[in-house]
Amino acid sequence: MILRRAPRARRIAPALALGLALAGLAVAIGPAVAATPPATLTVFAAASLAEPFTELARMLERQRPGLVVRLNLAGSQQLAAQIEQGARADLFASADARWMAYLATRDLLDGAPRVFARNRLVVIVPRTNPARIGRLQDLARRGVKVVLGAPAVPAGAYSREALRRLASLPGFPLDFAGRVLRNVVSEEENVKSVVAKVQLGEADAGIVYRSDVGAAADRDLRTLALPDPADVVAEYPIARLRGATDPAAAQAFLALLASPEGGAVLARHHMTPVAPAKP
Amino acid sequence: MARGAPGVRAVALRLATGLAAGVMLALLALPLAALLLRVPPGRLLARIGEPVVLAALRLSLITSLAATALVVVLGLPLAWLLATHTFRGKRALELLVDLPMVLPPTVAGLALLLAFGRAGLAGRALSACGVTLPFTTAGVIVAQVFMSAPFFIVPARAGLASVERRYVDAAATLRADPIRTFFHVLLPLARPSLLAGIAMSGARALGEFGATITFAGNLPGTTQTMPLAVYLALQTDLQAAVTLSVMLVILSMALLLGLRAVPTHALWRPSDAARASR
Repeated sequence: MILRRAPRARRIAPALALGLALAGLAVAIGPAVAATPPATLTVFAAASLAEPFTELARMLERQRPGLVVRLNLAGSQQLAAQIEQGARADLFASADARWMAYLATRDLLDGAPRVFARNRLVVIVPRTNPARIGRLQDLARRGVKVVLGAPAVPAGAYSREALRRLASLPGFPLDFAGRVLRNVVSEEENVKSVVAKVQLGEADAGIVYRSDVGAAADRDLRTLALPDPADVVAEYPIARLRGATDPAAAQAFLALLASPEGGAVLARHHMTPVAPAKP
Repeated sequence: MARGAPGVRAVALRLATGLAAGVMLALLALPLAALLLRVPPGRLLARIGEPVVLAALRLSLITSLAATALVVVLGLPLAWLLATHTFRGKRALELLVDLPMVLPPTVAGLALLLAFGRAGLAGRALSACGVTLPFTTAGVIVAQVFMSAPFFIVPARAGLASVERRYVDAAATLRADPIRTFFHVLLPLARPSLLAGIAMSGARALGEFGATITFAGNLPGTTQTMPLAVYLALQTDLQAAVTLSVMLVILSMALLLGLRAVPTHALWRPSDAARASR
């Protein structure tokens, strides 16, 4: 018995030490976190807003010391479902009107939403371009691996609309949309996953927002613009939510978003800021 | 005396144990009950015939069965090696086997992409052989194997290691060759652990989500297994998500119960073991 137990005890010792170290760390950090309960602004924002909203959040935190802005970035449809199921948030920024309306009909908005930005779609291919896609028509070629957002994801819905519009343009076959959709190998749950699959070179092409092709993605991706008549312009509404914990901070975020500085941040990330209507 | 009356201590201990166990059980049982209560059986039956549900259900069954079979075929030799041999680097190997159990599935999916994706480490060699894994049903199976293998290998290894040496030695003195000894002595004696391992890894494969959606993507009929269908339905149709979830719960329970109910003599007869060692 003794012989058997000894090695086990030795095996437990490192785990125990690690556990103690972690507990010690928690004790050391705990009070520091708990000592100053900071005001927190929780913003639920469409995944495509990741870069500009992260920047805006840091700007607001600098402007209002003591304020912490928490961002929850995911597909708009997922955020709407989370809010419907009782998630606490102060602001909701959706990538389309559909999911804002979804919350409005459930009486979860505080005030009317405001469109603050527009975004355009773009076709992305890996820089190595394994399927040799030189023009949009190539997307319909057999065997091209296309990745889109799922139909419930705003980017997925916009992409399908863009494909339908392309099919009606001269130079595109009438069944263009159907052929591209048959090439779809995956329907991703948010637009950033579409970017990732193309960036990794696993998919031959994807349709995403112009703003998704940021500095990091730029190195691995090539883009093909959509002709104007086919370009679906995505509109981003934002609204305060019922039961917001910090209405003043929410208002400050909205003001920053509407300000020239906020507009500049959006523009830097290839979005078109929309100024609030003059009262 | 300072310890208090032994009766009081015993009652207090019993109360504390009961309370803790009760809270734990409630935490485990309530969410399941909430799911089951939300869906009348009629709707379950009505939904099961829908093409998307049927496709996801079929795909889930096929892939998790294939994954479990692969895990057993490829995992059993490894479990045996780990159980019966000591060698340099064994610790590292054990760590490697355990890792998928604690790895966040999305990380596993990304790692799989970087390894077996077409631009990945082994991807070029694979595609030269005409094998494509991302966005294919085969990719789903690979993701499930990766995530569920330790759930079989760890108990199988423990089971094989717990077989007493003297039975194996007895078989050897009776000139049973190693293969015969393995199938007629080791396997029957380790059977409970092996069956438990098969059930656990099968259930894990059935529930696999993160690695699948990251590595294999999400396409109904090809890579959209039940958990993926639940996740996507959750964002558009809560009712459908609940219904799909209930089906998945029932399926997982049936899997766990079914393997536990396998009669002890069904797979390997204990008499074989007795005969071989006699």
